[in-house]
Amino acid sequence: MARQIGDVIVDLQNISLRFGGVKALTDISFNVREHEIRSIIGPNGAGKSSMLNVINGVYHPQEGQIFFKGALRKKMEPHEAAEQGIARTFQNIALFKGMTVLDNIMTGRNLKMKCNFLQHALYWGAAQKEEIAHRIKVEEVIEFLEIQDIRKTPVGRLPYGLQKRVELARALAAEPHILLLDEPMAGMNVEEKQDMCRFILDVNDQFGTTIVLIEHDMGVVMDISDRVVVLDYGKKIGDGEPDEVKNNPEVIKAYLGTAH
Amino acid sequence: MSNTRATAADSASLDTFPRLLMHHAQQRPTRPAMREKEYGIWQTYTWAEVADKVRAIASGLAELGFKRGDRLAVVGDNRPRLYWSVAACQCLGGIPVMMYQDAVAQEMSYVMQDAEIRFACVEDQEQVDKMLEIKETLPLLEHVIYDDPRGLRHYNQTFLHGLDEVLEMGRIHDRNHPDFLNNEIDKGSPEDISVMLYTSGTTGKPKGVCQSHSAFIAAAKGGCSFDKLTDQDDILSYLPMAWVGDHLFSYAQALVAGFTINCPESGETVMGDLREIGPTYYFAPPRVFENLLTQVMIRMEDASSFKRKLFGHFMDVAKRCGADILDGKPVSAGDRLQYALGNLLVYGPLKNVLGMSRIRVAYTAGAAIGPDLFRFYRSIGINLKQLYGQTETCAYVCLQPDGQIKLDSVGTPAPNVEVKLADNGEILVKGPMLLKAYYKRPDATAESINAEGYFMTGDAGFFDEDGHLKIIDRAKDVGKLTGGGMFAPNYIENKLKFFQHIKEVVCFGNGRDFVTAFVNIDLEAVGNWAERKGMAYSGYTDLASQPQVYELIRECVEKVNADLASDANMSESQIKRFLVLHKELDADDGELTRTRKVRRNFVAEKYAVLIDALYAGKKNQFIETQVTYEDGRTNKVSADLRIEDAKTFPPTRKAA
Repeated sequence: MARQIGDVIVDLQNISLRFGGVKALTDISFNVREHEIRSIIGPNGAGKSSMLNVINGVYHPQEGQIFFKGALRKKMEPHEAAEQGIARTFQNIALFKGMTVLDNIMTGRNLKMKCNFLQHALYWGAAQKEEIAHRIKVEEVIEFLEIQDIRKTPVGRLPYGLQKRVELARALAAEPHILLLDEPMAGMNVEEKQDMCRFILDVNDQFGTTIVLIEHDMGVVMDISDRVVVLDYGKKIGDGEPDEVKNNPEVIKAYLGTAH
Repeated sequence: MSNTRATAADSASLDTFPRLLMHHAQQRPTRPAMREKEYGIWQTYTWAEVADKVRAIASGLAELGFKRGDRLAVVGDNRPRLYWSVAACQCLGGIPVMMYQDAVAQEMSYVMQDAEIRFACVEDQEQVDKMLEIKETLPLLEHVIYDDPRGLRHYNQTFLHGLDEVLEMGRIHDRNHPDFLNNEIDKGSPEDISVMLYTSGTTGKPKGVCQSHSAFIAAAKGGCSFDKLTDQDDILSYLPMAWVGDHLFSYAQALVAGFTINCPESGETVMGDLREIGPTYYFAPPRVFENLLTQVMIRMEDASSFKRKLFGHFMDVAKRCGADILDGKPVSAGDRLQYALGNLLVYGPLKNVLGMSRIRVAYTAGAAIGPDLFRFYRSIGINLKQLYGQTETCAYVCLQPDGQIKLDSVGTPAPNVEVKLADNGEILVKGPMLLKAYYKRPDATAESINAEGYFMTGDAGFFDEDGHLKIIDRAKDVGKLTGGGMFAPNYIENKLKFFQHIKEVVCFGNGRDFVTAFVNIDLEAVGNWAERKGMAYSGYTDLASQPQVYELIRECVEKVNADLASDANMSESQIKRFLVLHKELDADDGELTRTRKVRRNFVAEKYAVLIDALYAGKKNQFIETQVTYEDGRTNKVSADLRIEDAKTFPPTRKAA
């Protein structure tokens, strides 16, 4: 294997998150290593999406510490997370429906654009050069995800599975170190799921991107993850390699229930 | 540059493809030879660049141990680098063996064993995986070269090489042995085999057709002069490289005339790429033209009523006089004016949307084209013509001359080709474009070329009063009904397939009392129709079994029956009973060839119960069939098929 799992890149320690009286996450600790595929699983309402939102700075936990690349992270806003190389996709697709696939993916390059509004409006000199350079990057992503044929199609006209792929493309266009994927395969048929799995593995393999994945399809999770963390009612009930987690009695109980 | 024969611009010596390539590199070094869309932008390779890359690949192959007469398997989509490897192989006196990229591994294994392949040049991971899968069965295979390295980083087999690596090796080799390649090109003879193309295997196992440089060059030269093709022309290369038509148009003719070939970005983007390139020379099988028309019609139905009326009006004008204007026949001034207006408002924009604004010559072949379909394209000013040929004749036998287009003929014999008919109606051809032999099959070669040197096409046909050839059917498929009437299944099937709701038909009747048919509906067209009627269905099998769909198909069958009744020879061939199949006939299940022709005997055997039920007069029949998916997995579909009767008509003309 060319891919070497590296040091801890995100370390979450004793994270607790409350919304008023509702405890979304309670005292959760786990870490993500560089280049690995880390899955977060759990029943509905377990706090999986909240966990992702904590990692990319949408929510700020009341207790606990987050170390990012070894340094303690203070309160951070989502755009700062993006600048540090954390990109994500959403459970409910969050694309600009009226814009083409190409334009949507271009927005993923937004943070890397240096020219100001006026320069872009005039589209002359530096702005033009910059746009061409970004377009090349975007085209590489388009080829990587095999969506050349829908490049100029408005996103709203695409089927669901393809929209998911476009969202992944936009996240990839930001050339992230860490990619947070919130249920990238929800609502897909078997073939679309297989395609998506292949793309996730390819991203991880070719670009070395660290991937944090929320997914309900256990077959997929167990197949592609390096390590899995299991949440239930905002608490961590399991953590480890897929085989370990599969045989963890707490996990089995949470998923299947036990006989009383 | 050295001044060997290979690079000399002496037209008498332009008798092999490598020499032609070097000639263009010298005559028009900066003209575009190939374009490929990559990363959303059309990248151009000039003739000089192409020659340079071909040199490097050829030298690299030589470095790997490729020898004169070795065969190089080439598998993949239409990529410039695969065309280069074909040329590189020919430079070394090797024989490229073109294989269909969508063939499953076992089919490839057969061809590669048969052709005794030592070297293979494949497109990507998908093809490499197939090679690895069948490597065990191919003890002779030594090297596999791949074009696209994506996904192959962890493949550490020593016999795998990236094309870039081979190119680099070749550059070094070329630097150290500057005369090597020119000498190799000099050694080539026009009588050498230039390529091996496998027949689709409609009958039995595929056979390797060996064509010489001189055969393909003769066919290409004939075609280029017939249609006045020059180095200014553009063609879109999107049909399988293993198909004789692509080898003729995108390789042989491009090298003879020096025009530009354009490779689409991917199979799915062909329509968009076609529009961007706007080729001047275009080839497509009838089904592509049909799909395009279907899409146009579906979109027109959704247009505003004003646009629909405008479209309807001007299409009537086009129908009345469009084809005559194209053929240069006399047309009234009023009609000319109307047509010009129509061109401004409808035909021009429509051609632009189809990517056909610049087309000077378009061809179709491979199957019969519906008269309405053919007329439609000609009426809006696209010079669509038909040709006739087969793998064994470099797809070059008959061509329709400009201005003399007949809907149901394939035109007159092409320059330098002699065509005659055997006593049983079989078409025999002779000319410089005939195959040398079937590879390692002297028996088959002897069977197909008769004592006087005519190739026996196996097609039955006749010449009309103007000397245009008409094809009826495969000679061996033409049978007899017990009543004595002629049974030409293809002829009937084609009539049915011209209806937009019908995708595929298989007719039976040889040695029987009457004719019956299996029908495949066109999922897109019938699905659309069902949507309009508010019918619910869950998939092909469900839709195919709906009574309304049977009603729809019955109407088509009865129209054909009425048509057949008016034909003196065919009135007995009316379809008495039919059924709609529960699954689409598929090449993966062996029911169609890779070029989508029905394998009649295979289908008859596989669905024998259905045929029995058709002739036994049953009302329905249960059947369970295994289906194979593209990746080789299998599944079962079953259905209780309804069998229905169709009305037949008394003959309107007495048989001669």
